[in-house]
Amino acid sequence: MRALPVGAHGLLLELDTADEVGALHAELLRRATAGTLPPVTEIVPAARTVFLDSLDDPRGFAADLETWDLPQLTAADRPGVEIPVVYDGPDLADVAALWGTTPDEVVRRHAATTFHVAFCGFAPGFGYLTGLPEEWHVPRRATPRTRVPVGAVALAGPYTGVYPRSSPGGWQLIGRTDAVLWDPRRENAALLTPGTRVHFVPRDRARDTETVR
Amino acid sequence: MTDHACLVVRAGALTTVQDLGRPGHAHLGVPLSGALDAPAHRLANRLVGNPEPTATLETTLTGCAVRMRRATTVAVTGAPCPVTVDGRPAPWGAPVHVPAGAVLDAGPAARGLRSYLAFGGGVATEPVLGSRATDLLSGLGGDALTDGAVLPLGAAPPAPAWADAVPHPGPPTELLLPYRPGPRDDWFTAHGHRTLATGRFRVSAASNRIGLRTEGPPLERAKDGELPSEGMPLGALQVPPDGLPVLFLHDHPTTGGYPVIGVVPARHLAAAAQAVPGTPIRFLPLRGA
Repeated sequence: MRALPVGAHGLLLELDTADEVGALHAELLRRATAGTLPPVTEIVPAARTVFLDSLDDPRGFAADLETWDLPQLTAADRPGVEIPVVYDGPDLADVAALWGTTPDEVVRRHAATTFHVAFCGFAPGFGYLTGLPEEWHVPRRATPRTRVPVGAVALAGPYTGVYPRSSPGGWQLIGRTDAVLWDPRRENAALLTPGTRVHFVPRDRARDTETVR
Repeated sequence: MTDHACLVVRAGALTTVQDLGRPGHAHLGVPLSGALDAPAHRLANRLVGNPEPTATLETTLTGCAVRMRRATTVAVTGAPCPVTVDGRPAPWGAPVHVPAGAVLDAGPAARGLRSYLAFGGGVATEPVLGSRATDLLSGLGGDALTDGAVLPLGAAPPAPAWADAVPHPGPPTELLLPYRPGPRDDWFTAHGHRTLATGRFRVSAASNRIGLRTEGPPLERAKDGELPSEGMPLGALQVPPDGLPVLFLHDHPTTGGYPVIGVVPARHLAAAAQAVPGTPIRFLPLRGA
């Protein structure tokens, strides 16, 4: 782990893998809940880093971190959510071509994958979900869409994401959900918070229409 | 709706509701937001007797005007500007009594960019995640004000804090931005670091609440490409591929993939919030703890 200074009171903790980031983030949250973490204003996990803001003594804290034991996370350590998806996105065929398979097989593989929210960003409640093996990583679209609808389930690079609101976007759209990703009036505004385990559950279009009625 | 309210008569170029923002939600992708010139926001609140986190209006360059439904104490701080009540001159940087039905007008900034209007009781729009701040990046807290909007106000505090004069640093003619190198200073060559510390930069007209953009000599990189997305602090000097540093202000994105060469301490950001396009910038590297 490398501890990089961020101003006078911040630390950027850099790790080698996303799993190590997950383990450190979980331990930081555990200590924050137990009241044994020094006061911080933000704990922001990202792809290979965790950013801590407003530490009284960042150097002392960085030295203390060296003594921490970070247990590997197991699936049971993480809260889980299921997101119903109608897999009818406009880019499903393109993704199938990139994966060298059929759209049905893309759906089967995507729905069989256990994802984790690595971090949030881009928009409130937008989670970057990891879990797809490297050979299924796909590029962003050459031309971003000016409007991606709310609830779109999309792929880019190593990540799967769900658009919490309509916005421009360059990700490959493979489906859509009616799950509410972001509602600031809810006690937990974001459905997907860093560390959450996620499964996508296929819904067929007909049944989806029935439930809506 | 409460009858303690004001009607926006002239919204101005960009007027938003601001307070001290939404700290503690960056891990959900929620920017800090809040008043860019926090000392001016706090001062305006103190002048009318409000607690400092109470919501105020932040104007941009052209000010704004509001008609009060009830008699209200109002104070205008930040960028100095002509203040009138129903057309009659009133003091800037002091509590002003505005009778019911009268229009308080904060005119165009004489110097600086952003004025703050505090009302006794404060702007009482619906809070989102504990804050009424308008976040122009993520859209939380609503949009910029438009003509004809009605803003609810809170119950007036018992007594404003009357002050004869308030100390106020004028908007800068040259913007000094001290910064601590890191976390990604190793992405730049020694030449790139010298360019930042000695180069002649100016505030770009493309600046906004998300970031203060600069014009000047590009910083030479030691590494190409992008970083995996990482957490971004307030005051980050992020350097996109064009090599020109962007100073992250309160509505900045919570994560990003361009390297941060240094971080400007928050106490220097109020001056940045008041620096008009074209203002010369000097970056000063800080060393040690």
